[in-house]
This record gives sequence, structure tokens and C-alpha cells, in this order.
Amino acid sequence: MKYVDEFRDPDRARALTLEIHRLVERIDRTRGGLERPLQIMEVCGGHTHSIFRYGIHQMLPPEVEFVHGPGCPVCVLPMGRVDDCVALAERPEVIFTTFGDAMRVPGSRTSLLKAKADGADVRMVYSPLDALEIARANPHREVIFFGLGFETTMPSTAMTVLQAHAGHIENFSLFCNHITIIPTLKAILDSPDLRLDGFLGPGHVSMVIGTRVYRFIAEQYRRPITVAGFEPLDVLHSVFMVLRQIAEGRCEVENQYARIVPEDGNAQALSAIQQVFEPREFFEWRGLGSIEHSGVRIRDTFAAFDAERKFPVANLQFSDPQACQCGEVLKGLIKPHQCKVFGTACTPDRPLGALMVSSEGACAAHYRYARIDTSALTGRAVVRTGSAPAALRVQA
Amino acid sequence: MCLGIPGQIIAIHDAVNNLALVEVSGVRRLINIAFIVDEELPPAACVGDWVLVHVGFAMSRLDEAEAMHTLALLRELGEMDEAGELDELDDLRSATDTFSATGSTP
Repeated sequence: MKYVDEFRDPDRARALTLEIHRLVERIDRTRGGLERPLQIMEVCGGHTHSIFRYGIHQMLPPEVEFVHGPGCPVCVLPMGRVDDCVALAERPEVIFTTFGDAMRVPGSRTSLLKAKADGADVRMVYSPLDALEIARANPHREVIFFGLGFETTMPSTAMTVLQAHAGHIENFSLFCNHITIIPTLKAILDSPDLRLDGFLGPGHVSMVIGTRVYRFIAEQYRRPITVAGFEPLDVLHSVFMVLRQIAEGRCEVENQYARIVPEDGNAQALSAIQQVFEPREFFEWRGLGSIEHSGVRIRDTFAAFDAERKFPVANLQFSDPQACQCGEVLKGLIKPHQCKVFGTACTPDRPLGALMVSSEGACAAHYRYARIDTSALTGRAVVRTGSAPAALRVQA
Repeated sequence: MCLGIPGQIIAIHDAVNNLALVEVSGVRRLINIAFIVDEELPPAACVGDWVLVHVGFAMSRLDEAEAMHTLALLRELGEMDEAGELDELDDLRSATDTFSATGSTP
């Protein structure tokens, strides 16, 4: 496929890996040895998926490790919100529409998938516009779309609300659970035990919001960030770019994914977001707690299309199952396989925690793709294959 | 969740509602292109363009010059291997040779 295959070239990947190993040797020498591995957080769940799928974490030298960030909207959705979805879906007049990702997320009682099996009218759609079509075709039913995701997805639901408004489709509403990336990054950067050395910036969020908005990370928090594409060469190239910044003592916002991400983002998409949504004071995240201004809600102008105002929504909070350590994994305190229930009580087929549900969740990606050696099962070591090839040990 | 796939605009289906026929991985479907058109670039001017498709919307126009630039940078990095050290990286082959065999990436 055009613009995909070129970024999967195995020879280039090996060349890049070699350059990464050389850079790390250089950083190691300059600093007279590293006290701990350099930690790079990939913010986006799409990157987490790529890293495990292509085994990129295993190609890096042991001095570099990924910390899997909170950028999987399905994973950070609190159980109470899933319960609200199920309650809405169980109303007899409602057709509840959702992206496939959210179907299996466990609530405190059940998931949307189980609710569907029990008779609720839950339908998976590819686009929010498909939900609007369902509303047009079923004027006597109430069609709710489950709006979920970061700024990548927000313009599409905003546009759908605008079209519903323009077309007077009064039986359509949005259950808005959108979250925004900048307050989330701020919360991570403000955490007292922050050890991150750099960031891979979310590629598709950035095509909407642009790259300038990340300047505070470089300027105030003095961390390098490279906005990254999703193919294996994109990820390796971006890691190389972050490490090069570290080696040269720079903290800047760089853009590896310039073929898709313009510096200013997408003006039309931002305008649609602005018209329809406004920030919430707080939004609750699974595993991370409440983060100020990290969520959005529908503006008063479009209240008629807000499922939270149209229907009673309990908005209760539930704590995660005791055995579940999703929160610790999300904060980078433990690796997925170090969780007590990883691969035993919690698997992609029977997920206990949210990180095992979505293919972008760190645990599901780890379970599916990571080649785990036995030391990992005892929770001791970071998963790795063998020792680095001789050529990578460049002599000083 | 933030899955995006490159596709090519084949034809404009409905210029008023900004609907275009876009071919994504060999499959053609109607995609809303409202976010990538403006007065300077009306729908009719977009035929043949590559775009990034996300949940039924074209979210960004793929900049071919930037794609070429990134690929050129990647080639330069590979050329720094003068000592032939790369040949010794055979144990990475098992990982990298599977890259092209896999499907779409989120």
C-alpha cells in the first residue's frame, strides 16, 4: 500500500536500529554511564500497538525503554461510564451505537456486548455518520452515539452533531466521553515521581491540534518530544530523533510525521470542535483519577443532542477490581506482565481490566505480541531477546 | 482508536455535502471530506489526492513532498554504515523481515 510499505522496509529498520544503538553508546559515554534506562513515553495507544506488534521494544538497546502512556481512550474510561452506557442501551426506546473498541469493556455489572446478548439494541458502527443514518431511518427510536476518543475523533462527532442540528434529526444524541491530550500530558509531567526522558507525540491527534501546542513540554518541562507516525520505521525514526535530542542536550518539538501532521493542525476540524464542545471542569480517568479540564461536554446550543441531558445518567464511580493493577501499569510503575492477574485471570478473551480489552491497551498488546521469556513470568526482568549483537557494542 | 489509513480520492460523490468516493486498501467507500476542503481547495480540486481516513472522515491531506523528504532522511541514515556493521545485525532480521507481511497499523 502506498505510504505504508515504504515505512516498513526491513533494511532501513536495521540501519535505524544501528544508529539508535550508536546514539545510546554516545549518551552513555558522555554521561559516564547511565544510572537507569532512558525512558521514552509513547503517549498514544496506536504506538503501543505498533511497538508490540513489530517487536520494536526488543530491537532497542537495554538502556532505552518505553513507558506506555494513557492514550487509549477505551482503557482510561472509568467503569461507571461503561455502566452508564449499558443503562442507556437497556432503555427499550434506545438504539445504542458505538465503535467496536468499546463493546467488550467491562463495567461494574456487565459490558455492552453482554447487554446486546441480553437483548439490548446495541449496534457497532464505523463512523458517527452511520449512527446519524440509523437515526434518520428509525424516526420512532432514540439513537445514541457513544462519543469516545481524543482530538482525532472529536471533529467527526462534532460534525455529526452539527449535521443532526442542521437536519433537525431530533432522535439523535451523543453520549460525550471525549478527552483532550494537553491537560493529560500536563498531569503526567506534574506527577512527583516523573522520570521520563522524552516523548513520542501522538501522530493522529496532532494532525488535528498541530505541533505548536506541545512547546510547553520542551520549554517549561525541558523534555524532548517527537510527533511520530505509526509504521515501524516511523516509530524507530522517532525514537532516534528523541535520543538525538537527548545526546545533543536539546529539548524541542520535532515532527517525524510531517507527511500527515501540519504544524498548525487542521483549522476546519478545530473549528468544529470549538463550535460543539466546551471543557468540563474535571473528568475521571481509570487508573489516573480526576484530571482538570481533561474532558469535554456538549455546549448549551446543542443541548438537544446531549444524551446526558436527554436521559437520566447515574454517573456513579466504581473502583477497579482489587486484583486489577491497570492503574499502576498506566502510570508506568509496573510492566504489564508484572500484574498479578496478567495472562491468568485477565486475558484478551476474558478481560478483567481495561488495558486487556482494547488492542491498543498495553496489556492486550503485550499478551498478543510480546515474546515473553520465563524470567518475565516471575516478574523479575524486562522482556528482552538475547544480548545485543557484537556490532552494536561500538568501542570508545 | 486513533486508527488512520491512507486512501486516495477517486471521485466526488456529492459536492454540497462534501462526500467523496475514496479508495482505502482496495475498498471504495464514501468519505466525508469537509475537513480538508476550503474556498481555495473545493472538492473538485481534491480528486487524486491522498488523504488520511479516520472513522469516515478525511482528516488530513497526505503531503507527498514531506513523505519523500522523510524517506530521503531514512536513506541517509542507512548510508552511514560504512564499516558494513549492518551485515552483523542478522539476529534483527527475524524481527524486521515480518514488517511488510502485516496488515494495517493503528
